[in-house]
Order: sequence, then structure tokens, then C-alpha cells
Amino acid sequence: MTRLSSLTQRLRREGRKPLVPYLTAGYPDIETFAGVMGAAADAGCPLVEIGIPFSDPVADGPVIQAASQRVLEQGMTLRKTLDLAARASREHNLTVVLMGYLNPLLKMGLAAFADACGEAEVAGVIVPDLPLEESAGLRDLLLARDIDLVDLVAPTTDRKRLTEHAAAAGGFLYLVATTGVTGSTPGTNDHLEDYVARVRRDNPLPLYVGFGIADPSHAARVAACADGAIVGSALIRTIDAAEPGPAAVKAAAGFLTKMNAAMNSGKD
Amino acid sequence: MNSRNAIGPADGTGRFGRFGGQFVPETLMPCLRELEAEYLRAQNDPEFQAALAELLADYSGRPTPLYRARRLEKDFGGRARIYLKREDLNHTGAHKINNCLGQGLLAARMGKKRIVAETGAGQHGVASATVAALLGLECTVYMGEVDMERQEPNVRRMLLLGARVVPVSTGCRTLKDATSEAIRDWVANVEGTHYIIGSTVGPHPYPTMVRDFQAVIGQEAHRQIMAAEGRLPDAVVACVGGGSNAIGIFSSFLDDEVALYGVEAGGSDAGHSAALCLGEPGVLHGSFSYLLQDDDGQVLPAHSIAAGLDYPGVGPQHSHLKDTGRVTYTSVTDEQALRAFADLARLEGIIPALESSHALAYARDLAGTSDEGTVIVINLSGRGDKDTAEAGEAAK
Repeated sequence: MTRLSSLTQRLRREGRKPLVPYLTAGYPDIETFAGVMGAAADAGCPLVEIGIPFSDPVADGPVIQAASQRVLEQGMTLRKTLDLAARASREHNLTVVLMGYLNPLLKMGLAAFADACGEAEVAGVIVPDLPLEESAGLRDLLLARDIDLVDLVAPTTDRKRLTEHAAAAGGFLYLVATTGVTGSTPGTNDHLEDYVARVRRDNPLPLYVGFGIADPSHAARVAACADGAIVGSALIRTIDAAEPGPAAVKAAAGFLTKMNAAMNSGKD
Repeated sequence: MNSRNAIGPADGTGRFGRFGGQFVPETLMPCLRELEAEYLRAQNDPEFQAALAELLADYSGRPTPLYRARRLEKDFGGRARIYLKREDLNHTGAHKINNCLGQGLLAARMGKKRIVAETGAGQHGVASATVAALLGLECTVYMGEVDMERQEPNVRRMLLLGARVVPVSTGCRTLKDATSEAIRDWVANVEGTHYIIGSTVGPHPYPTMVRDFQAVIGQEAHRQIMAAEGRLPDAVVACVGGGSNAIGIFSSFLDDEVALYGVEAGGSDAGHSAALCLGEPGVLHGSFSYLLQDDDGQVLPAHSIAAGLDYPGVGPQHSHLKDTGRVTYTSVTDEQALRAFADLARLEGIIPALESSHALAYARDLAGTSDEGTVIVINLSGRGDKDTAEAGEAAK
């Protein structure tokens, strides 16, 4: 079993519902970013997702697009993202999953990328524009280094594809909550519970729900039916509402603590 | 295995050599499957083909003429015989309508009530809005703010045709960003919406489907040049942005001994859009193809005076044809294109699109160095009414 699967399975056994914060690498600046990683660990998040910035993020809404654009302007690269991932892992004992579009990975070379992930102690990689059919090569390269390629499924994914994902995927399964981009209008999926149940029927992996999870009530609703929740745009909006630096870190800490409490009330 | 190519399915679905593929969010995959299946059924359905043929003939005015431009020939040095494939004479003024009629019928067949489209020069947006009006579909067109300004007449046409035009203010505010926004809309509304991609780009089956809908250009040109000259041309020249007019005319000559030239936008000191000439393979908007990118794999801004060529990527079949050497890809500058634009207007009474002017400019070089009696066919992909303000501005 991979490192990521060991962790997600253990959390499930223990009845813990992880809140997974997503933050674009180096946003809003390197120091604040590192502070938010620390805050995530302090808030009880075992896992974080770090976004590799890309110039043309087609699966992302305006908030993450803008974050991506800003860090690129500040000189963020895939190499530097990997350094930040290594720091989050070493300094805060966080399990790091990277999320990024395919082209920067291709440019580095997929084998070199897999090696670099191994060195940075990355546990999982999510590539939103690499569907199942195209993913075998990267998946094998990562698995050889004990890293999972985490699959995304969507409300449009039919039963046959779900079975195929179940056979290939590792770590956890990322359930895209709504048909749409990140930061979509929250709470638009009235059928979340049915959707999660449908995926669960064909899939033994822990199910983490993302896209549009913006406040503690959404997080609680996800925790009631799925195994984890991913929050990105709402965290970035929280950071944006404060001055970069300690104030932003404090705001993020408060937000993550509240979200985590909503998911794990009554548990330590 | 070469690590850089460690992507893609084993069966090569939707590939042109190593190029192409389906690099899109999972949400869209079921829809691409449905589209591919429906397209294959439509291809083999005589009723669909008859409906499309009727619209191409009676609505768009096909076949478009193949016109011998004798005054241009003289200006080009007098040795070559120059033919223009008059796609500018299509309804809506460019080859884009060929694809939109095909995809519009397909959308209606799939029960979609709404179409989205991206546009650069506005020609594809106008063609999409036109077909939406014709078929009673709702239409939303994404267009970069820079392009809305420089191709303003086309914005007005789209609005008149009942489309919603959404300005795109991200990135370079041109075609690349409009395409990303159209994809985001499609992801969010995939159930009832069909995305009419305007060129031979995007995930499979688009590059194949758009090529097939544009292949009518080459089929007609092949027949017409045989009728006019009693032989095949020595060369066919077309401009390449995403590459749909080029692949449309090339596709009937690929197996013949005809030199094929794809002309990219060489731009100016401000940059270029020559993905095939100067880019490296990468993934943008769903397919693996030549792409303008930096050392970190970030997509670089493109530049061209022709909004329709102002795109950092290119269709995957062109990438394959570059690698096999079957097509020669080259580029001309903004300045050369502007001169060709003015020349054709002055010498032949035809105002070409700035995009098509790139093909005209390269043909001048080709004709100048060719043997007596060389036959050159140029794909005049669109008309230039939309460009008169832009060209006038540049001439100052």
C-alpha cells in the first residue's frame, strides 16, 4: 500500500474526516504561504494540496486563476513548487498532494517530475487535464516511487468509468462536486449524498469531495456522507480578505479550524 | 519509453502520430465519447449528409469559385499561374461556416439547445451565431477584449444574429483566453450545451471532425484545378492559426505530388504566433501539439496583427505533418501580410482577411522563385471587411 493510501485508510478507520486545504504554491507570497501550511497542520489537517501554477488553468474558476497568475508573475515555477512541498512535508509533517496541469510536467519530463516528487516527499499528484485514458504512463512512473496519481470523478462519470477508475486509482478518489470549475457557486449540487453513494457502490477508495466547498455547513454536509473535503477558492478568498503576512495566516488558521470542527465535531 | 511521451492510451485513439489525444477534465470525457459516437453515426447517415450538403449549397453558396488572379500573377513576376480558392465568398465571409453548419446539425441531432464558441477574428463567432439563428439554438460566444476592439464589426454582427458575446479579460485577452473561457462554460453546462470549436484544435474528436467538415474546400479545389489546368497544382498555400482552412484544403492533396505550404503568423518585434516554426510540443486546450511555451511549461503570449492567427497552439494534425515533412511550415510578418492585403485589394478588387493575407504574402515569394508555368493554389480563407480599420491603423 502506498504512503497516501495508508494515511487515508487509517483516517477512515479512525473515523476522522480530513479537511484538505488547497493553496496555490507561494500564494500570496512565500512567507504567508509557509505560514498557512503551518496553520493547516495546527488546525489538524493531516493532508494539504499544493497547486502548481499554470498559465491556462481550464478547470479553475476566477479565484484560483488569479492566484495562479499572481504567483507566476512573482516567479513561481514547478521546481520552486516542489521545494515548497518538501518544506511543508518536513517542517510541518504534512502529507502533500500536488495539483497541477499537464504541460509543466511534460516540459520537465514525466520521469524527472516523478523523481523530483519522490525527493520532495510528495505523496500524491492530481492532474485535472489528464483523464484516465491518458494517464497510465505517469501513473506507473509515480507508483514506482510510492506516489499515487489521484483520479478525479465528476457527476457526469458513468458507472462503467467509475469501475475503471476504481481499478486504476489510488490514495483517495477526488469527487468533483458539481459540473463546473473550482470555486463554483457553492451548494449547487442538491444530489451530493446520492452522488457519493453512487460512487461508493463501485469504489472502495476513500472519497474526498471538492469544488464549491466554501463554508462550515458545506463541510459538515460532505463529512456526513464522504470521507474528506477539499477547500481551495474559499481559503484563498479568506487569505485575500486579510493583509498578507501574519494577519492572513491568522485568518486562514481561523477558517481552517472552523471548517475542521464542522467536519469532526464530537471527535478529537 | 521516452519520458516526455509517457502519456496517452495504448490504442492511439484520436492521435496523429504522437500528437492529439484528449487532455480535458473528467467532467467532459463522457461528453467527448458521446460526441465521437454521434459524429461517427452522422458520417454514415445519408440523411445527415444530405442535410449538410443542402445547407452548404443553398445557404452558404458552395461550391466557392476557384479564381485565376491574372493581375496578381503579373505582379508576382509573371511566371506562376495563381488561383485563389474563394472561401471569402461563403455566407458570413469565411470558411468557418463549413464547420459550423456541420457541428450545428450535429448539436441539434444530439438534442443540445445551446452552443458555445470561442472566437478570435470573430469569423467563427459570426458563423456560430449564424448557424445558431438558423437552427434555433441559444448561442454564447467568448471573445477576448483586445479582439472585440480590433474586430469590432464582427461583434456587432454577432449581436445582431442574437448571440451573447462575453468579453474575456484574462491573460492576453485574445483567442487563447477566449478558448479557455469557452471550455470552462462547457464544463459547467455540459449536459445541454455543445461547444463548437472553430479550428482543428482541442481534444479528440474535434481535430478530426473539424477537418472533415472543412475537407469540402480541398475536394472542390481538386476538382476545379483539374478542370482549369487539366493537372494538379504544383503548390497549395494556406495560412495556419489553429489550421482549419489549411487542413481543409490540404486534405485532398496529401497523397498527391503537390507541395503544401502552411504559413504561420511571424508577427513583429512584439512577438509571433508561429507555434510550428518556433514552438515545442506540449498540451494546451485538450491536445498534444506544437505550442509556444517557456522553460517552465507556461504558455507564452502569441502575437499577430491577424486576430484569427493570434494563438500559441496549433492543430495536432499539422504537428504530425510537420514531423513527417509532408507539409512545409513557414511564416510571414505582420508587415508582409499587410502589404499582401493591400496588393490584392488594389490589383484584383478583392479585400482579403488579414489571416488569408499571410498565405498571399508567402505565395508572392514562392511565385517569384518558381519556374515558368508553375501552378499555385492559394486558399483565400476569408474576406477582409472586418480588417479595414486595423489595416488602416497599421498603415499610419
